[in-house]
Amino acid sequence: MAEKEYIYFPGCSLEASAIEYDMSVRKVLTSLGVKLIEPDDWSCCGSTPAHSVDHVFAAAVAARNLAIVEKMGASTVITACPACLSAFKKAHHRMKKEESFKKEVNAILDEPYNCGVTAKSVLQILLEDIGPKAVAEKVTTDLPDLKVAPYYGCIINRPPEIMEFDNPENPVAMDNLMEAVGVKVCDFAFKVECCGAAFGVAKRKMVNELSSKVLTMALDAGANCLVVTCQLCQQNLDLRQDQINSTMGSSFNIPVLFFTQVMGLTYGYSPQELGIDKHNVNAESLIKSRRPVEERIKEEQEKAKEKKPKAKKAEEEES
Amino acid sequence: MRVGVFICHCGNNIAGTVDVAKVAEAARMMPGVAFATTYMYTCSEPGQEEIKEAIKREKLDRVVVAACSPRMHELTFRRTVEKAGLNRYFFEMANIREHCSWVGEDKELNTNKAIETIKLAVEKAKQNKSLVASRFKINKRVLVIGGGVAGMQAALDCADGGLDVVLVEKSPSVGGMMARLDKTFPTVDCSICILGPKMVDVSQHEKINLYAYSEIEEIKGYVGNYQIKIRKKATYVDWSKCTGCGACIEKCPSRKAYDYFNFGVAPARAINIPFPQAIPKKAKIDAQFCRQFIKGKCGVCAKFCPVGAINYEMQDEIVTEDVGAIIVASGYGLIDLDKLPEYGGGRYPDVISGIQYERILNASGPTSGHIERPSDQAEPKTIVFVSCAGSRDKSIGIPYCSNFCCMYIAKQAILTKDHIPDSQSYVFYMDIRATGKGYDEFTRRAQEEYGAKYIRGRVSRIYPKGKKMVVKGADTLLGTTVEIEADLVVLATAVTATPDARMLAEKLHISYDQNGFYVESHPKLRPVETNTSGVFLAGACQGPKDIPASVGQGSAAAAKVLSIFSKDTLESDPQIARVNTNVCVGCRKCIGTCPFGAIEEQQLRDGRIVANVIETVCAGCGICNSTCPCGAIQLQHFTDNQLLAEVNALCLT
Repeated sequence: MAEKEYIYFPGCSLEASAIEYDMSVRKVLTSLGVKLIEPDDWSCCGSTPAHSVDHVFAAAVAARNLAIVEKMGASTVITACPACLSAFKKAHHRMKKEESFKKEVNAILDEPYNCGVTAKSVLQILLEDIGPKAVAEKVTTDLPDLKVAPYYGCIINRPPEIMEFDNPENPVAMDNLMEAVGVKVCDFAFKVECCGAAFGVAKRKMVNELSSKVLTMALDAGANCLVVTCQLCQQNLDLRQDQINSTMGSSFNIPVLFFTQVMGLTYGYSPQELGIDKHNVNAESLIKSRRPVEERIKEEQEKAKEKKPKAKKAEEEES
Repeated sequence: MRVGVFICHCGNNIAGTVDVAKVAEAARMMPGVAFATTYMYTCSEPGQEEIKEAIKREKLDRVVVAACSPRMHELTFRRTVEKAGLNRYFFEMANIREHCSWVGEDKELNTNKAIETIKLAVEKAKQNKSLVASRFKINKRVLVIGGGVAGMQAALDCADGGLDVVLVEKSPSVGGMMARLDKTFPTVDCSICILGPKMVDVSQHEKINLYAYSEIEEIKGYVGNYQIKIRKKATYVDWSKCTGCGACIEKCPSRKAYDYFNFGVAPARAINIPFPQAIPKKAKIDAQFCRQFIKGKCGVCAKFCPVGAINYEMQDEIVTEDVGAIIVASGYGLIDLDKLPEYGGGRYPDVISGIQYERILNASGPTSGHIERPSDQAEPKTIVFVSCAGSRDKSIGIPYCSNFCCMYIAKQAILTKDHIPDSQSYVFYMDIRATGKGYDEFTRRAQEEYGAKYIRGRVSRIYPKGKKMVVKGADTLLGTTVEIEADLVVLATAVTATPDARMLAEKLHISYDQNGFYVESHPKLRPVETNTSGVFLAGACQGPKDIPASVGQGSAAAAKVLSIFSKDTLESDPQIARVNTNVCVGCRKCIGTCPFGAIEEQQLRDGRIVANVIETVCAGCGICNSTCPCGAIQLQHFTDNQLLAEVNALCLT
């Protein structure tokens, strides 16, 4: 039975190139008792192609979707895609702040948007509405070989005054979720560094260089896998990894997973159910050692027992 | 009644947007006005002479000057009319500049407003009563809050001038931030060598009573007569017995206490003396780290103390001191590294603040003056300094310049080269602010003689790479990005107000700006005064300041105190509340509303209870006046009748 309901906006790429992100989001949220309702007749969010040409037009495209959500009687819409999130939040923010801008945008729309909808990321509701404790309770599977570097990208929490979530320079939301599901997290300094984003078409070499740095830093941090929240980051780091290797003369072989895919694995879903087999870099070697979480708990308890006498002794010596 | 009206052009300030001739003409028609004229600068000497002559010639008994704000020149003109033989409260000021000519552009509207403003002032002047100030005796002792270099200078100057000084220092030793510095710019002389003698003077001066490890609990009173409650915090060591031998510190088993003096560069013991030159050189226990307090058993220091000074039962003690004036020299704070997440936010041990580096450079610091980086005690060869780490950054709420970082970075770069000749320093800067005497030459020396490489641009990120810290930034002169692999990174963290600055300001009844720094009475002409008479400022509590400026202000504040204490009595302001006992019904409402506790009950001879205003405590705010249901309590010079005369003039005619 669903405990919570959300209006869920998939966005264009989660229906196509990043369909595995959509698959894993739906699986994880279903496990957590969340029902997702997709708005009827949703359209483009107005991201990069629109807002690099015309701000009013971009806002109108975003607001059209927000108006649909508003008409459904909801005050929140969630999306997994940071670009959709950013487009919604930016349009909402400016329309709320500037009455003249709101009028200009609404003049284009059939149904006006009255600034009554808050857009949130799947990451945000997992952390704030559901909470790490409830997230942890659903874990059935342990991933002993996985050491992740959480990579947030540039827009999920920036600019801070519009996104209003997590720390813009050192975000910790994904770190906290990964820790909650029992995955080892590496302290990673390049959490918000640029991956090259949409310049993959225009300036391929630059994107390769930037993405290469992100991968290098993840390895330096001791990670063997990146977890991401943005499908464009995922694409640059995963799909272009061979390209990076040939341009930069490197030999990276680092799987890049969506954080919901990692959560899904710990919830007992198969890699195929989560679309992990759709990625370019194969993650199988890292995740094949999956085992029931009880085994890990047992192991930890035994270790703690071994440690205890020593710790006790040390304490006695100290006092 | 014969009122004279003097309208000032103030150059073009007023005459530019107000038709002053028309205003004078209108003033002449007002009832009671015997004379009205205009003048280019009424505040000038000939302007004041004209007022004096007109008072005699025209037999004026009330004077209205229509000019600037009374905050500017009310006192000037009160003295003028007094010199001409009138009571100073027969003078009234009409503000036709700040409230009129400066804010409106329509000359006709401005002229009308000026006429109406003068009309009010004339009606008020006609109601004004002669008031005479009384005199009260003053207590010629001075309280200095803060024992940094500014506070010590103020205390010594006051004491040398013959005043008794009460010096209250929050931390266990005087010396403040300067005591933590290694060398000082631009002379590169040893900081503690020049400060130490001053600290000794403070402790030995018979006129200075030092309360170390103490804080201000409460301040009551007014200029000339303050009652101060001081909280002497429990040190758990009887300082009358402690000899500062250090035996307790050596034996203390709690070795992970935070070292406040060294800004956490290395851990301290739970019982400690902050530094070798500390004044007083007495030990104190940090209870939050002490085993005796955490676990309830230990007692090692008590066992080893040769004089039996340890007392775990010690409590805070409140002492009272009476003083006549207060000098506030409470210093500054620094932002925490966690406010700078792009620079690691304190997560990386080899990214430190400037003050921490200062302690590492210092011979009596935790590394005995050997430059070692915190992570592995290795000697760093590449050191990057980042200026404006937080300063001039609106996004974290610090829009201002921290004043002295450009200079201490240059100094630290020079010292680094002295310590490690084969090292290379890099300095990222926005622009080099070296405006003091000998300062620019100094920053050039750092570059030209000591080879520090200055890079104009900001740092966007600092991250670890193996054992190195990568500093990534822009070089805006070359128009490129740069990455430097450093062994150690020093951030010139922004100067802030102290965390408790706002609380202290509220106790002192002085104002602070949006950044928490105390506001001086006038930014140019009254830089060490506050708007509360008797309270003076010195040093960085007023804004980021280097040593020479802080010392200068310490002396200036002392001079101000010596100047008010050169008289035995002070004049009290007669603009205070007075009670008409025939009308007072003794409801006591005024007693409840008075924010200064200036009103008390009084029993008359016929047994009636009425309110009584304590003259010296009343601040003349007028809250009681508007609270009194029967109009018995009246603020002198702003009585109901005087204010209603103004309202009537505006609304009824």
